[in-house]
Amino acid sequence: MTDLQQTRTASDEAPGDAPAPPDSTRRRRLGRRDESPAGRYGAGFLAKLALMAVANAFGVYVLWSAWLAESWIILGAMLVMLAVANWVYFSRRTVPLKYVLPGLIFLFTFQIFTIGYTGWVAFTNYGDGHNSTKDDAVAALLIQNERRVEGSPALPLTVVADGEELGFAVVQPDGTATVGDAEAPLSAVDATVAEGRITAVDGWEVLDRAEVLARQGEVTDLRVPVSDDPGAGSVRTQDARTGYVYESTLVYDEAADTMTDTTTGTVYTPNDEGQFEAADGSTLNVGWRVFVGFDNFTTAFSDSRYSGPFLQVVVWTFVFAFASVATTFLLGMFLATVFNTPMRGRKIYRTLLILPYAIPGFVAPLLWSGLLNRSFGFVNQVLLGGAAVPWLTDPWLAKLSIIGVNLWLGFPYMFLICTGALQSLPTDVLEAAKIDGAGRLRTWRSVVMPLLLVSTTPLLISSFAFNFNNFALIYMLTGGGPRFEDASVPLGHTDIMITMVYSVAGLDGNAPKDFGLASALSIVIFVIIATISAIAFKRTRSLEEIN
Amino acid sequence: MTATSTAPAVRTPSTPTRRRTAGRWFSELGWRHVVGVLFVVYAAFPIVYVLSASVAESGTLTGSNQLFDSFSTENYARLADTVYWSWFANSVLIAVATSIGTVLMGAAAAYAFSRFRFTGRRVGLTTLLILQMFPQMLAFVAIFLLLISLGEVVPALGLNSRVALICVYLGGALGVNTFLMYGFFNTIPRELDEAAKIDGATHAQTYWTIILRLVTPILAVVALLSIIATFGEFVIARVLLQSEANWTLAVGLYSWVSSLLEANWGLFAAGAVISTIPILVLFLFLQKYIVGGLTAGSVKG
Repeated sequence: MTDLQQTRTASDEAPGDAPAPPDSTRRRRLGRRDESPAGRYGAGFLAKLALMAVANAFGVYVLWSAWLAESWIILGAMLVMLAVANWVYFSRRTVPLKYVLPGLIFLFTFQIFTIGYTGWVAFTNYGDGHNSTKDDAVAALLIQNERRVEGSPALPLTVVADGEELGFAVVQPDGTATVGDAEAPLSAVDATVAEGRITAVDGWEVLDRAEVLARQGEVTDLRVPVSDDPGAGSVRTQDARTGYVYESTLVYDEAADTMTDTTTGTVYTPNDEGQFEAADGSTLNVGWRVFVGFDNFTTAFSDSRYSGPFLQVVVWTFVFAFASVATTFLLGMFLATVFNTPMRGRKIYRTLLILPYAIPGFVAPLLWSGLLNRSFGFVNQVLLGGAAVPWLTDPWLAKLSIIGVNLWLGFPYMFLICTGALQSLPTDVLEAAKIDGAGRLRTWRSVVMPLLLVSTTPLLISSFAFNFNNFALIYMLTGGGPRFEDASVPLGHTDIMITMVYSVAGLDGNAPKDFGLASALSIVIFVIIATISAIAFKRTRSLEEIN
Repeated sequence: MTATSTAPAVRTPSTPTRRRTAGRWFSELGWRHVVGVLFVVYAAFPIVYVLSASVAESGTLTGSNQLFDSFSTENYARLADTVYWSWFANSVLIAVATSIGTVLMGAAAAYAFSRFRFTGRRVGLTTLLILQMFPQMLAFVAIFLLLISLGEVVPALGLNSRVALICVYLGGALGVNTFLMYGFFNTIPRELDEAAKIDGATHAQTYWTIILRLVTPILAVVALLSIIATFGEFVIARVLLQSEANWTLAVGLYSWVSSLLEANWGLFAAGAVISTIPILVLFLFLQKYIVGGLTAGSVKG
């Protein structure tokens, strides 16, 4: 009911019926596009117009590039965004949206979409060997398997360039001059032909011997398609003077959807895993993305190669996140209580104690990895007098070190929030406790502690979620190591789920890329965090009700 | 740090005699100093160590163990021969741009949610609350793949682009900060808006000239938290930025430590000290705001 009334108020706020404000105030709000058009063309409106012009220009540029690159999804998304933006900023009925839209666009593109995309990739076999669509895979296979056609004529060839782009100018056996590059197939052109070889051609610059030598690698790698049909082969050259037609040893039969190897006669048919497979089970090396259903999820938890290490990683993730929150909170709360009494130098103590929090998150783990170095580190050499404790290389000690380093990193935050919460405790409750004769400890246990927990629980939950995904700490301190000895996957004793996702995705090049499995694991983390947060927030609400 | 008046109520001794013996002083306050000194040493020794390592002559990990044994600025001078200052510039640029964008977009959204009543408002707020739980970095595989496709259309938004990284960070802006701001916006009395409206101000005028001025503290907090978070962000920067010149400090310093730890320790220490300075300065000078912001999120009840 109130919402209805409020809606009316909001739409009444459309500025058409408001008298124009004096010029001096109008000038001050230059530079944003929230101004509503009302037939007045003040500085605000002009600023909005300018910003919208820039936005539209960018949008049209993206539309055009997307059209050229044939990225239909980006084209469609951009079209929708552009239409919405123009509608929102030039309509009078969309006042709230004018404020929310910029953030919303970024939120949709880079957060909501990516979450959805993660979900989609999790059900595919996207990764090395399955990088693109089937059409791309067919084209790649045809190109990779090209061989020189036996007995084909030698074609007099000239290397030409259009800016940076290299091309071949070729005289065909029938005497026509043709030119083409990696993208555009050979086509007939007007050219000067001398001694059976092209010496000049419109729109292209002929490279001389020295220039060709300088770019030898590029020249021998270049393949210029004979025609639009990828099966028709291409012209290539070894010596930059004679070209030969190369044709693929594979032939793709579009109607039957099969690949045939012309040298052996083997017929490959597409299988469910997105590869061409022969009758004897051998496959061609380039495949394409297909939906694999829940395969990625079942691989993670039932495949014997993965499930053992994965289970250990999951358990350690929970232990690590829980221990991190518990240790940092206890220490932070203890220190906050200690310094909650007026005393000399309190401000200095407080400032010095939060120093670790003011260090950028990446410096601390790197610094500690040096401090804890087995042979040269400060801790072993100086504090322990030359001991060789394997802080970061022994499975158990590495785990302990990680929790210890995280305690150093994390207690100032807890100290800060506990200090804040203690200071905002209601005085009357504390006084009431005193009047009722409660001692220090009793007051602490029955009054201060519950109130403190109520106000900090939401932050403890976010802290748990943060540590659950504390990638930088683990990755920088131990890199997930020491490695599991028995596992075929590149995982280690201190890997948590998010670093496992990183390893499995293969983005650092240490393992084959498997985006599908990595995304499936991300989804598992999503679900775990969502569940924990939901339960925890429910518990918090009941806590508040009790109080 | 202002509302300290509540604390003495608990701690003041209930005995009427005000005699303060040494033992009594210790049980009341003295032990607090002991605890304080102990933990200040714990908190500060790695920082003292890195300072000493950065001015150590030898520049190796072993050579850094004698605290302030030698003094030379050679490590700092050597930074100029590396890509370090590009990384520094990248980090600062990306953090500041992200922070400005975050504040502008977050404040605008918070204003809308706080002042207007529209269909989808409740759903929007709930969605933001839920989104807050999912850190953006979880989807880094998808972000990587998305930027591959985007880069084919608009190279400036593809992999290895700093602009693209800023855009990705801005994607997380609304989810993380709008709620913090929303709570603060709600504490500004609506009567002010109404008075402005009666005086003939448009919604945009109310926003830019009245509301934004009153919420400056929370804007400062969000800007600071955003700078600190972006400056320290590692995963997404590492996945997206590929060429060395485009790296941020986090990615660059990691590459130093992971590849040539023992020999180049002095270089790392010097780099670490310099990269700590901007954040440390912000932090110490604006501590009050940060503490206020953190607890504003927590003590909402």
